[in-house]
Amino acid sequence: MFAQFLQFLFSGITVGAAYALAALGFTIIYNTSSVINFAQGEFIMLGGMLSAVMLSAGVPLPIAIALAIIATGIVGLVLEKLVIEPARDAEVVTLIIITIGASLTLRGLVQVWLGKGNRALPAFSGETPIRILGASLLPQSLWVLGVALAIVAVLGWFFTRTVLGKAMLATSYNKLAAQLVGINTKLILLLSFGLSAVLGAVGGIILAPITYTSYDIGIMLGIKGFVAAVLGGLGGGFGAVAGGLILGVAESMGAGYISSAYKDAVPFVLILLILFFRPSGLFGAKVSERV
Amino acid sequence: MKTSTSFTAAAASVKPAAMPSVNRFARYRGLLVLATIALLLSLVLPNSFYFDVVIRIAINAIVVIALNLLMGYTGQVSLGHAGFLGIGAYSSAVLTSQYNWPPLAALLAGAVAAGVLAFIVARPILKLKGHTLAMATLGLGVIISIALTNEAQFTGGPDGMAVPSLELFGWSVSGERQWYVLVAVLLVLVTLAAINLIDSPGGRALQAIHGSEIASRVAGVDTTRLKVRIFVLSAVVASLAGSLSAHYVGFVTPGIAGFFHSIELVTMVVTGGMASIFGSIVGAALLTLLPQVLSTFEGWETVVFGVILMATMIFMPKGLVPTLAQRFGKRGG
Repeated sequence: MFAQFLQFLFSGITVGAAYALAALGFTIIYNTSSVINFAQGEFIMLGGMLSAVMLSAGVPLPIAIALAIIATGIVGLVLEKLVIEPARDAEVVTLIIITIGASLTLRGLVQVWLGKGNRALPAFSGETPIRILGASLLPQSLWVLGVALAIVAVLGWFFTRTVLGKAMLATSYNKLAAQLVGINTKLILLLSFGLSAVLGAVGGIILAPITYTSYDIGIMLGIKGFVAAVLGGLGGGFGAVAGGLILGVAESMGAGYISSAYKDAVPFVLILLILFFRPSGLFGAKVSERV
Repeated sequence: MKTSTSFTAAAASVKPAAMPSVNRFARYRGLLVLATIALLLSLVLPNSFYFDVVIRIAINAIVVIALNLLMGYTGQVSLGHAGFLGIGAYSSAVLTSQYNWPPLAALLAGAVAAGVLAFIVARPILKLKGHTLAMATLGLGVIISIALTNEAQFTGGPDGMAVPSLELFGWSVSGERQWYVLVAVLLVLVTLAAINLIDSPGGRALQAIHGSEIASRVAGVDTTRLKVRIFVLSAVVASLAGSLSAHYVGFVTPGIAGFFHSIELVTMVVTGGMASIFGSIVGAALLTLLPQVLSTFEGWETVVFGVILMATMIFMPKGLVPTLAQRFGKRGG
């Protein structure tokens, strides 16, 4: 009984860590630009696919991973410069459609270039499961958790200890005030897309050895990242990480104890219930609208 | 963020509708054009392939007009409306083929089911704004499509199921030409109803909600009740269109309720033009035709579709019809 519970918990936390990275990407972009970036899932896909391609072209794994992260980051920057910046003042729905257009374009390009087949990355340190209290844990899961934790720590340092990070935070609090104290908010916007793309790519890469990767994995991962971000209140990093983990565990428990067929419905039922009773998400501050 | 200007925006968006219309028939001019086009098309379309495309456009346009009432006029985003389409389509499919219901009764049952569901969820969902509203409606749509996929003993699962042909008061609708007459008449009726709704006091109240919900509440508009009503209305129309589409195609898969279909509908609303009835028809026509045209790009369809989507929204953020109407100095529909 307990071993089974532990097993579900392990797999939930592993997937949840990847959702958390996606949710962090959503949150960073939303805070600096009020854009819900539906292309976030494609960054996850690009990270996994680009590393897999370079690996099969003979590039050593660490270098392939580094190059894939850099390339995805550049895609994020280009996306902001070419597509988001010219439409900055558009309505929420218009911006949503623009990012969906971007996501289709990226997905389509990868499909034309690399085809529809699945690709895999090797596990970073072996496939032998570790036994803990009757449950088994893949070494790759530890990688996923470790990398996600490291990223959260680095982001925490970045946002509280560096000038650039503080400038980003200031922009998200109040764009106009940030401009007045001399922060280049345009640059901050650009960087937030680059940063989110990098986070997405890292998530895609650490998850790829467990789940495989293909041109169309970005859709569901992106939507679930959005769910996790809203669950956490779209405010700070803590909410996004907690939202991701809660979502991952809920999904895994739902699949294990309720119905595996309805696994994908669990996040949406959860978010609907939470929004009904707490419209600002679990960890979001209650905001009142100014008139 | 943008709230400081929202009060003036509310005033501005209400003003044109509140002015007494110069000519009572001016607002029906567009409708007359639509009816004429529908009549002419029935004479000039060369074969059933073209009829088929136009029928699909008309069915989409009916949904898109209803969705535009909710999104464009009232300002409430829905990323899950395909779910209601799915409810209609599957009610018709399951009730007629497995329980031998008459098609009309099944169609109405679907509409009632969609309406009741919409009414139940409308209050908690429409309390939300912006990204949380987008999230909640998206979630609703996804849950419906997952349920349709998983309840395979009724719905045939991901493979879908066959739907018998439509029969109305002893008239068995068959062939593209008969279907054309049916959907063309329905489209004209829906357009007429929408135009009248927008120009009614209730319609002006809806537009005031889009401008500023708080301002319109202060002015005495029961915003919650109106939002619930328009949400239910758009859900019922979507369900009816779903039933029609299922009978017309003769086959239905869970994709009809999926996230992509919802996005497609929203895209039709926005590319045609938010708060433009005729924009909805143009948007439905363009996005139904586009895949036909793009099929020549062999493999590049998705890329080209994505690029067109982005370019339209960047260069015409208000949508085609309002942008063109502004450019040529005419009033938009």
